[in-house]
Amino acid sequence: MSATDVTVQSTARTHDVAAAPRNHPGRWIAAAALVVLCVGWVVSLWSNPNIDHATIADFLFDGRILQGVLLTVGLTACSMLLATALAVALAVMRLSANPVLRVMSWAYTWFFRGTPLLVQIVFWGYLGLLYQSISLGIPFTSVHFFSANTNTIVTPFVAGLLALGMNEAAYASEIVRAGLLSVDNGQVEAAHSLGMSPAYTLRRIIVPQAMRVIIPPMGNETISMLKNTALLQLIAVPELYTRASWISAQNLSQVELLIVASAWYLLLTSVLSVPQYYLERRYGRGAGRSLPVTPWQQARQTVVRLRSRVTQVAHTDPRNPGTEADS
Amino acid sequence: MTRSLLVEARNVRKHFGAHHVLKGIDLEVRRGEVMCLLGPSGSGKSTFLRCINHLEKVDGGRIYVDGELMGYEEGTSPKGRAREMKPKQIAAQRRSIGMVFQRFNLFPHLTALENITEAPIGVARHDRAHARARGMELLRRVGLTDHAGAYPAHLSGGQQQRVAIARALAMEPKLMLFDEPTSALDPELVGDVLSVMRDLARSGMTMIVVTHEIGFAREVADQVVFMDDGVVVESGTPSHVIDDPQHERTRAFLDSVL
Repeated sequence: MSATDVTVQSTARTHDVAAAPRNHPGRWIAAAALVVLCVGWVVSLWSNPNIDHATIADFLFDGRILQGVLLTVGLTACSMLLATALAVALAVMRLSANPVLRVMSWAYTWFFRGTPLLVQIVFWGYLGLLYQSISLGIPFTSVHFFSANTNTIVTPFVAGLLALGMNEAAYASEIVRAGLLSVDNGQVEAAHSLGMSPAYTLRRIIVPQAMRVIIPPMGNETISMLKNTALLQLIAVPELYTRASWISAQNLSQVELLIVASAWYLLLTSVLSVPQYYLERRYGRGAGRSLPVTPWQQARQTVVRLRSRVTQVAHTDPRNPGTEADS
Repeated sequence: MTRSLLVEARNVRKHFGAHHVLKGIDLEVRRGEVMCLLGPSGSGKSTFLRCINHLEKVDGGRIYVDGELMGYEEGTSPKGRAREMKPKQIAAQRRSIGMVFQRFNLFPHLTALENITEAPIGVARHDRAHARARGMELLRRVGLTDHAGAYPAHLSGGQQQRVAIARALAMEPKLMLFDEPTSALDPELVGDVLSVMRDLARSGMTMIVVTHEIGFAREVADQVVFMDDGVVVESGTPSHVIDDPQHERTRAFLDSVL
């Protein structure tokens, strides 16, 4: 009887061995090498005599630069709104039963995706050469409600907005279409069987589910859009990069002003990922997985965990340190 | 006791391309009656069910629910043929017909209660508080009061199907269509769904049920219809069709499923 007890104990002891983690010397060496490289690069940038740090500091919060930042943000928001509205219309047209609508939607995407954005921007900038005046009336008659010179309506800002928004709509429409197609047809049947109209079904049943698929790539597109606004320098829209290039044309501090602009672009793209995160959470409800925690919840959980660990350490019996609970 | 007709199908025909799915179906369902449609897969029974609320368009024949021609307007096209209705009119007709699907088709972005109240609030324009109270009452009826706030992904198949039944009932339909409601369920979950359907039948709901549950059909159905290859092979009371089938095809089918 005592012999069996001994065997049980010895097997229990051998089962304990697996707990110690393996050493990873390779990882440590690789990480150290990379850190050294990065630090070296930052130091070389910092100590580079061709960069005048005082100029960067002077212009980082310069009024003209800040105005440019504001315009860049405004342009990004407006063109994404325009693009999204157009994209939903294009995607619905593309999925419609009407062949004319399908072909028109396809042709739009074909044209705006098939020509360079830069060319489109210049095209919109030179719209006045194509049409001297823009008027609203009934086609093929002489009835005009309204008429104006093209260059007074299509200012550089409007030209930039149209160029960016209409180009983006071509890409975004494919994202929206993919999102709409990702929703199971059974959802449409269930909605219809409850007496929901096609429009109601789209708005309340399909789009909310499609959003889960649409938001991540649209976040990408928004970040691209923010950076593409810099292309509007070519038609003299006074956004961030245009302002920076105007200043450097005067004081010849090209590198410093490029750094100032880059710093702002980096900050803005970082800030953009925050609303995306919350939108994804919003539309991820019911998706099967539990929702990811927000940074705020994460911080609170960490504080609670640390506090409980501190109190636990204070209360743990020093002769028996193995009782610490898993976090 | 003679009850008035609720569903009347006359010579209903349907093609999918060259495939002739329904070759002229004639059926009648009276108010408060439960009809079970049996038949091998591909016999056209699900397609016929989906024609009733116009999820499938019929190619010929007519289906009337409560005296109303489904999905078409009589004599509105040249040559006096019936022309398909506008989507809004069809939607209005469907409001009085509940449907339960094989794959549940709950709305995954809404909780169980929101699934039930979406159509009453958004389509029938019921008061929000009233719709929620009625939704809770329906959840109680299907035994899921504790799961009102759960999303479909967190419910079992049987629970999802019971929510789907409650969702269909929330529009206060005069007719309920069931398209193989237990075929996608694990065997141990089938009983809960069937018992909800049994209670519903007892409460006087008119039901058309496409099913492979012969036991359920024998117990609950007033009328059993056996379909094969797009035609009604035989129909009658359960004791006739299930226990004393007259046709060889019916006998062969029942032997294979029992």
